Amino acid sequence: MKWYETLNEAAETQEPPTVSMMISGNCVELLEGFGAVPIYPEVNALQLAIRHQSLDPILFAEELGYAADNCAYVKADIGAYLKGITPTGGKLPKPTLVLCNFVGCNTYLKWFEHVAEFTGAPLYTLDVPFMRTADPSVADIKYVVSQLQELVKLLEGLTGRKFDYDRFKEAVRYSARTEEVWSNIKHLARSSPSPFDAYFDAITLMGPLYVYRGKPEGVEFFELALAELEEKVERHEGVNDQEKFRVVIEGPPPYPHFRTFRDMFAKWQACAVASTYSTVGGLWEFGARHDPEKPFESVALHMLAHNVTNRNYLQRYDQIKRYVEEWGADGVIIHFVKSCRLFSAGQGDMRDYFTKVLGVPTLYIESDLEDPRYFSEAQLKNRIDAYFEALEHHKMTASPSD
Amino acid sequence: MINEDIISDLNFSTVRAWKDQHSGGKAIGYFPVYAPVELIRACGMLPVGLNGAGDQLDIQYADARFGSFICSIVKTTLEMGLTDHLAPFDGLLFSSICDSARNLCFVMKRNFPDMYIDFLHLPHNPSSASSTEFLISEYRRLQQGLEAMNGRRVTDDSLNEAIILYNENRSLSRMLYDERARQPHVLRTSELYPLVRAGNFLPVEEHTALLRQTLETLGSRSGKQRDSIRIVIEGSFCEQPPLDLIKILEEAGCYIVDDDFVLGPRWFLEDVPLNGDPLRSLADSYLNRAVYSSVRHDFRKPRHKALLEKVHRRQAQAVILLIAKFCEPAYFDYVLFKQELEKENVPHLLLEFEEKMFTFERLRTEVETFVESLLFD
Repeated sequence: MKWYETLNEAAETQEPPTVSMMISGNCVELLEGFGAVPIYPEVNALQLAIRHQSLDPILFAEELGYAADNCAYVKADIGAYLKGITPTGGKLPKPTLVLCNFVGCNTYLKWFEHVAEFTGAPLYTLDVPFMRTADPSVADIKYVVSQLQELVKLLEGLTGRKFDYDRFKEAVRYSARTEEVWSNIKHLARSSPSPFDAYFDAITLMGPLYVYRGKPEGVEFFELALAELEEKVERHEGVNDQEKFRVVIEGPPPYPHFRTFRDMFAKWQACAVASTYSTVGGLWEFGARHDPEKPFESVALHMLAHNVTNRNYLQRYDQIKRYVEEWGADGVIIHFVKSCRLFSAGQGDMRDYFTKVLGVPTLYIESDLEDPRYFSEAQLKNRIDAYFEALEHHKMTASPSD
Repeated sequence: MINEDIISDLNFSTVRAWKDQHSGGKAIGYFPVYAPVELIRACGMLPVGLNGAGDQLDIQYADARFGSFICSIVKTTLEMGLTDHLAPFDGLLFSSICDSARNLCFVMKRNFPDMYIDFLHLPHNPSSASSTEFLISEYRRLQQGLEAMNGRRVTDDSLNEAIILYNENRSLSRMLYDERARQPHVLRTSELYPLVRAGNFLPVEEHTALLRQTLETLGSRSGKQRDSIRIVIEGSFCEQPPLDLIKILEEAGCYIVDDDFVLGPRWFLEDVPLNGDPLRSLADSYLNRAVYSSVRHDFRKPRHKALLEKVHRRQAQAVILLIAKFCEPAYFDYVLFKQELEKENVPHLLLEFEEKMFTFERLRTEVETFVESLLFD
């Protein structure tokens, strides 16, 4: 990926400036105003996991004192940093700024504190009020905008570069376009068969989405993807030979066993038509977009309201309910990951809501997103098989008027 | 009721008694730290700190709702709701202290749709000039919610009055903490802890009287010095360890000279100033006068530095990191605490507890070994 090459270059020459950020509700557009490049510790961690390299850094971090119950993303990232491991084998720069763009996940506050402590880089916590009301208030937006402006001043000092407002605005414009195209892609999954898997495939598209969203390359990439997928819809071409089941998946994937996990669904010709995890960086399929006419406010709104992690638990229930209804899903798969309490704490209640209140067939399974040790293949396979067997029976016996 | 009974009473008799005495009076339970109790009080309601259910409740339903790897206090709070133990409460208040507590708030909302349940976002960026204004607006939002629920306005006078009452209460707690650090053989933690924790369940005036009474008796007491080491306890700010565990720590040779137990009623390090704008004063106090903990974020001053200062101020010889099982914020801090303590040659011991644990033999052995290694060093 060209992005990692740029980071390698920054490690050698200190140019361009780099900012460590979290994916969720990121403000990558603001970085564009400085020509700065994001470093996403989460992406580093998941890249290690998917390449089966996460266990060593996790064990190293545990030797330092991290607990079995700490988020394994953090352990892999910190462990890898201290051991000098990177996902591509290249170098990662010391960030110009560690920007904890806190949205929802309290673990990030700790993670970035630790990154700043271990790298010696300066830390700024951009606090985003959690969505405890239906919509953000004027005070919420004002608070985030004030901090974005403080951040601009801080970055001007740290990079020695003047903030280029026009470039920022331009990035916001590109983001709005990328979001439009990405949203159109998401909506293609409403077709039957869906031309792509809105969990497994959407996840692999998250990298370009979060790194290149505010750039012409991003728009171009997703326009190309949209065109290809539209052709697939016209040809009635789905992900598997047949599309026997349409599901909504909630929760992050088990990255260390990504392929194995995917195959457990492929075996049943099941396709995810929507997923919450693919909205971590932004929830656009319900209409929200960045607005180049109000760049600061729209970045603030994006951070506040338009990403799944800063939305409250019941808003997530509603999001999944809309997917089930509007994307025509047969059931919901809840994947509890041990590492992430933001996603997982309370998912039993979510299951209770979907099965008992809405009557949607729901499967609840557990593993982890980063730690390869928490993956019981046989058990997961049994649970998934039993679920689809029951769902098959349910579909066969349900009358069309149901 | 004696303090030990008050803190383990799942019938919330003290809350029921207050409601019997105050016709139409409402009680608001808050998840245990950093709640603006003054606002609740100023609205004429009784703020009650929820500290989980200890070992008093078998979990029947909450495990299935919260799954594995989630701390006990989150589950017992939900369990109390699902088993009708929270009946004396008219409302519940949560805040942005951790991911599990936050999700709990919304799970409670779904399961108890008729109850007043709110979530406060406490700022994580106190360095920003806009944080105070934001927190004022957040407190105002809460205030309006409480007023609408209770049909009673909060005036500046009632808020100032509440601030005075809680300032007095916290000031007495601080004095008792100082006294304990000065003579831990006279005021033992197994006495101080239930006394302070009872404040979660009592009207503030009643609790203040209890604190004062204890403080006044200290002068006439004598205690026998023991071969013990001076210990700071860190990590038990939310879920609370069983009282028996604290007794065991003392029996095993620890003079506990500072701790972060029950931070709820004692979270300001100094008085909230009375300067004519009480909401601003409360907001400013959260940002600038609040005690550090693993769930309050202020990157202007790292917590590990604050812990070290505490160790030096109390002339402690060692630190016991007493962490609730599955408490992720405390476990994260452990890494940096450990690093800092080792850099400064302060001995430390990590112990894990659960509120519902009832056998302590393994912990006793660990603590005894730790204490002996220091006593005969």
